[in-house]
Amino acid sequence: MISFKNVTKRYGEEIVAVNDVDFTVEEGKIVVLLGPSGCGKTTLLRMVNRLESISEGEIIINNENSKDLDAIELRRKIGYVIQSNGLFPNMTIEENVMLVPDLLGWSKKEKRERFEYLMKLIGLDAKDYGKRYPHELSGGQQQRIGVVRALAADPPVMLMDEPFGALDPIIRDKIQEEFLQIQREVKKTILFVSHDIDEAIKMADKIVLLRNGEIMQFDTPSKMLSHPKNEFVSQFFGKDRAIKSLSLHTVEDLQTIIGLGPVDESVQDTKTINIHQDLRNTLSMLMNQEADQVVVKNDQDENIGTITIDLVQKYLHFEIKGKMSASQEG
Amino acid sequence: MEKWLRFLEVNAPRILELTIDHAVLVSLAIVVALLIGIPLGIYLTTNQYLADTVLQIASITLTIPSIALFGVMIPIFSLINQGIGFVPAFVALVLYSQLPIIRNTYTGIKNVNPEMRDAAIGMGMKTHQRLLRVEIPNAMPVIMAGVRTAVIMNIGIAVIASYIGAGGLGVLITQGISRGDNYLIISGSIAVAILAIIADSILLLIQKRFTIKALTD
Repeated sequence: MISFKNVTKRYGEEIVAVNDVDFTVEEGKIVVLLGPSGCGKTTLLRMVNRLESISEGEIIINNENSKDLDAIELRRKIGYVIQSNGLFPNMTIEENVMLVPDLLGWSKKEKRERFEYLMKLIGLDAKDYGKRYPHELSGGQQQRIGVVRALAADPPVMLMDEPFGALDPIIRDKIQEEFLQIQREVKKTILFVSHDIDEAIKMADKIVLLRNGEIMQFDTPSKMLSHPKNEFVSQFFGKDRAIKSLSLHTVEDLQTIIGLGPVDESVQDTKTINIHQDLRNTLSMLMNQEADQVVVKNDQDENIGTITIDLVQKYLHFEIKGKMSASQEG
Repeated sequence: MEKWLRFLEVNAPRILELTIDHAVLVSLAIVVALLIGIPLGIYLTTNQYLADTVLQIASITLTIPSIALFGVMIPIFSLINQGIGFVPAFVALVLYSQLPIIRNTYTGIKNVNPEMRDAAIGMGMKTHQRLLRVEIPNAMPVIMAGVRTAVIMNIGIAVIASYIGAGGLGVLITQGISRGDNYLIISGSIAVAILAIIADSILLLIQKRFTIKALTD
């Protein structure tokens, strides 16, 4: 758990980078710090592992005040991932990943086992990749290594500073999925900086939206999209926030609430999608008119119905817009 | 050609001996210069104010003509009865090596990717761990380039040191000039050039051996 208690950061007398910030990252959850550049999100993150000092207030990490801990020990207990992966080019992949365990004095055998486990987690061969150097890997692989390096000593808390920002959209999407998969297994308490709204919606259990060092709203992604607290929040998420919120719902949700259409066996040109696909991607697929009919498959690979733009629109209308307007009236 | 062979037959042992003297003088001066320059260069990365001053002084030292510096050394070392010979030459060479070694160590470490440094600090490395494991290995090519410059420069400057009786291959050249003996002059010059090429090749090999491929690409 990471708690920010009235945290303020000042540079000199005039400049206030972070102003009276107060929120908590619950155990095992991902909180995304989101906002335009210069909003103080990276400063806030770097205050947790004391790369930036705290001017006022305190940060409590798992019931310990960060001020009372030794900075070096504190940092070794916190996983840290940065945008450009920060791998050391003079060390092999194994040396890079096992750096913190090495600093902590783990035995050779412990390190070896941990390395094999971590590499399995990201689906890379430990033997093959262990001896390679960072420059011999692709950008996506380097970033994966950056992530498992932060996990190496099994820290309870992780800080991620735009970890996927430098990747191309396709790889980024894949690594985000992969990371969420890993997170389901390791359940770390994560503070994540992003300037990408879609990434925030996808990764976050809760989002902190910042502007000029102040919290505009602290809420779950769906709440933030459906109940923006003020003009800045609704503008930040944009006019298409209803469509953005579709990425929080899956075909399965639509099936349970309004049901799917029947499958027409006579149509030749069909495409299939998985029931767990999110509705935003489904909608873009439908709009692209890639096929005459889009069939939904369940996990047993059975055709269970078809989906159309009309159905998505209907869902959007009742489920999302309906709730939005209801909230405005209430 | 025949004259050359006869010259070498007579003078080969002496040329070899003077080459060794030359190499010893330069090597000792470089070893001491490294022992001073590298730690100093590393320390300066943590003290910006001192860094500017020291680098300034080192650059000024390099602008003093070698013959003048040797001249200055003579009265100073006369105080301990070492006015001419090995000691003043050695001290002058150490001084001349300082700038390339200190400057390259300093800039090499300063120019290590700041994100890499940030990652090292954020992962909980102490200052000496960060230096030894991250900053120095990544600055290695730049540091070695400074060492190579210093060695080549010193081989040349040590020729002039023969004027103050420090021995070495300069002896052949100065004698050749005073006697009007072209054989002496040419053999001395070629020996110096060969020595410099060999020294540089050895250092290049060492540099390649100790820096990993990623950094040389």
